[in-house]
Amino acid sequence: MAQQGAYYVPHGSKWPIVGSVGLFTTVVGAAHWINGNDGWRWVMFAGLAILLSMVVGWFGSVIRESVGGMYNRQVDSSFRMGMIWFIFSEVMFFGAFFGALFYARSLSVPWLGGEGHGAITHDVLWSNFTATWPTNGPGDIGGAFQTMGPWGIPLLNTLLLLSSGVTVTIAHHALRAGQRRKLLGFLAATVLLGAVFLFFQAHEYIEAYTHLNLTLQSGIYGSTFFMLTGFHGLHVTLGAIMLTVIWFRCAKGHFDKENHFGFEAVAWYWHFVDFVWLGLFMFVYVL
Amino acid sequence: MATHAATHDHHDEKPQGFLDRWLFTTNHKDIGTLYLVFSFTMVCIGAAMSGVIRAELMKPGLQLVQPYFFNEMTTMHALVMIFGAIMPAFVGLANWMVPLMIGAPDMALPRMNNWSFWILPFAFVLLLSTLFMPGGAPAGGWTMYPPLVLQGGNGIAFMIFAIHLMGISSIMGAINIIATILNMRAPGMDLLKMPVFVWSWLITAFLLIAVLPVLAGAVTMLLTDKYFGTSFFNAAGGGDPVMYQHIFWFFGHPEVYIMILPAFGIISEIVPTFARKPLFGYKAMVYALACIAFLSFIVWAHHMFTVGMPLGGELFFMYATMLIAVPTGVKVFNWLTTMWRGSLTFETPMLWAIAFVILFTIGGFSGVMTAVVPADFQYQDTYFVVAHFHYVLVTGALFSIIGAIYYWWPKWTGRMYNDKWGKIHFWWSVVFANVLFFPQHFLGLAGMPRRIPDYNVAFADFNFISSIGAFGMFFTPFMFFFILWHSKRHGAKADARAWDGARGLEWTVPSPAPYHTFSTPPLVDDSLLAHGDVSH
Repeated sequence: MAQQGAYYVPHGSKWPIVGSVGLFTTVVGAAHWINGNDGWRWVMFAGLAILLSMVVGWFGSVIRESVGGMYNRQVDSSFRMGMIWFIFSEVMFFGAFFGALFYARSLSVPWLGGEGHGAITHDVLWSNFTATWPTNGPGDIGGAFQTMGPWGIPLLNTLLLLSSGVTVTIAHHALRAGQRRKLLGFLAATVLLGAVFLFFQAHEYIEAYTHLNLTLQSGIYGSTFFMLTGFHGLHVTLGAIMLTVIWFRCAKGHFDKENHFGFEAVAWYWHFVDFVWLGLFMFVYVL
Repeated sequence: MATHAATHDHHDEKPQGFLDRWLFTTNHKDIGTLYLVFSFTMVCIGAAMSGVIRAELMKPGLQLVQPYFFNEMTTMHALVMIFGAIMPAFVGLANWMVPLMIGAPDMALPRMNNWSFWILPFAFVLLLSTLFMPGGAPAGGWTMYPPLVLQGGNGIAFMIFAIHLMGISSIMGAINIIATILNMRAPGMDLLKMPVFVWSWLITAFLLIAVLPVLAGAVTMLLTDKYFGTSFFNAAGGGDPVMYQHIFWFFGHPEVYIMILPAFGIISEIVPTFARKPLFGYKAMVYALACIAFLSFIVWAHHMFTVGMPLGGELFFMYATMLIAVPTGVKVFNWLTTMWRGSLTFETPMLWAIAFVILFTIGGFSGVMTAVVPADFQYQDTYFVVAHFHYVLVTGALFSIIGAIYYWWPKWTGRMYNDKWGKIHFWWSVVFANVLFFPQHFLGLAGMPRRIPDYNVAFADFNFISSIGAFGMFFTPFMFFFILWHSKRHGAKADARAWDGARGLEWTVPSPAPYHTFSTPPLVDDSLLAHGDVSH
């Protein structure tokens, strides 16, 4: 269609404003809730429900239009760029938390321990503190804790996610080769590996809270540990849900050998989540 | 495509009904208009807040407001003006002009475009609602430094979520602009033939996507530090308040370029038109933009010279900051050389552009002064810094936005405005803006601290003058509104090429631009383009 030289401009849609109302309701509920008004949590859940209906409705109409053959190559290309730059923004979001981790480990904790000639905080306030990592700081915030060793569940989780990267690639090749059963099988395996990862992650959190006294409140170590792994886990959850949706779309035959951007976008996202985990495994668990 | 024409709306017609037109719209022109109207509203709210500030500072001593409320005003004024006024105005201009300038029918992702805009009003309702909450609005400064900001009331959570929403809006808007520029150009509109305004937005959009997620991360850490017991910025837990400043300014410095690069693009469009000469050094202008954008990522700590950094850090950030003067100098030089021996005329948009070149440069010079570490120890947190960034953002960014509106208004509405009134608006603004901000340099050099409602009587005279300037400035939004309203009602019809020196694809379509332009890609003829590096 692009060859015929016409542009495609979609008609108006009510979903964006529904999305805005959903976002607004969610954060108003959440803000009141964390300020101690427990009843407002229902407002937050209502907002999330509105958001969910927006996602279902908006993607639904895009899928209908796509399957109806209304999109041309240029639209496809716009979607690709949108997804790539969205993933880039996500990388930068994680960058902020990795930056916090690196800053704490290589600069502020050593300074707090008296390193460098400008470290007045050590001399004046915390002269007994020796810099170590992991630490919950000179105030022993959250009490003594133990850390999660890297070579048990975290290593297993690394292997699970790496394998899921392989299975989603095999599924992609199968899609391009038109091998439907293989596609569905390996895509299902990918979702399953993601789910098992999440199961172990949840197990690890329970372990940390009940046996190791490692909590979100355990000083800078607990903060960086739970925020990084928590946001990552949230992304794995979203990725697994998106993969599940794509599985059903594959089963319904929405994709063919050439046109399957929906599949590719989710596969890119999954690789991104995988990549972030490798960074986490290295810098949070091993080093 | 013809076979599908029946399956969606006819493209030549505006949607009927208010909701269909404005709430569900996918039209880049309507969304651009929404952004600009929103921005104008926020300018008025932000200006009212600055009115409280300048009224209180008119005389020494406390007369009108409580100090805490004064702090709320300085904080909210900045947040409203930065995120509500300047940034949305530039996004609105991008929405209107980028598709017209590159020969695209619309933005690449029109529904997401709608969402990008419609998040903003909700975000600002959230932010402004904190003024009426127990504990009041955030009062720790727009930079939200911990631990001070964490001592605020319930409003802090609302402010943080509002910033998350603004971030989502800006990131989606930026993704859309990048996809539009890279994917929707008409055949023949090569990257190095694009108007400089389009280039400036391509680079700005990249900056937005790179740094707004970092701001989101930073304020998320504030949220968890306040409400969930994390210790990111708490030394007792091994964290560091200075770490927040590093993360914040990693966002914050590119952010100031986000607010000025599109202005550079606008000036690079207006000046050649009224000099009736191609832009001097087109490629140098593009490379200078890219260079400034790159440098913006490695200078952030010049905002925190006095916080206690290692000497090596102070030196690195000082020299890196000074380097920015080089590409910026290239730009100013090229605007001047574009005007040099041109057939200059001084219609309203040109006046704003020339004022930009002069006054922005003053702001640039005071920026170089604050880049010098030992001198900055004197300037830090004084009115000198306030004067510096208001020269850059008011007589820089805001003047460029007003100039852009005067420049493209005939294209948008098909009407000319009263040029004489436009000039009165200009001279009024330029005089009172300088009366307002220039004395603040002296106040700062003499040591008057910013964000304090009271001051030593020694500072009284200059503060009085500055407040006179502020009260003069309050007339300008009304003047602007009246001139545009009058033009819309009674203005003379505008030609397709409203200014006789104007070049670029946007001037090849009728005025007002049809609701849907370029439903098929236009032919790009190099002679239509606005700069000299293309073959004629």
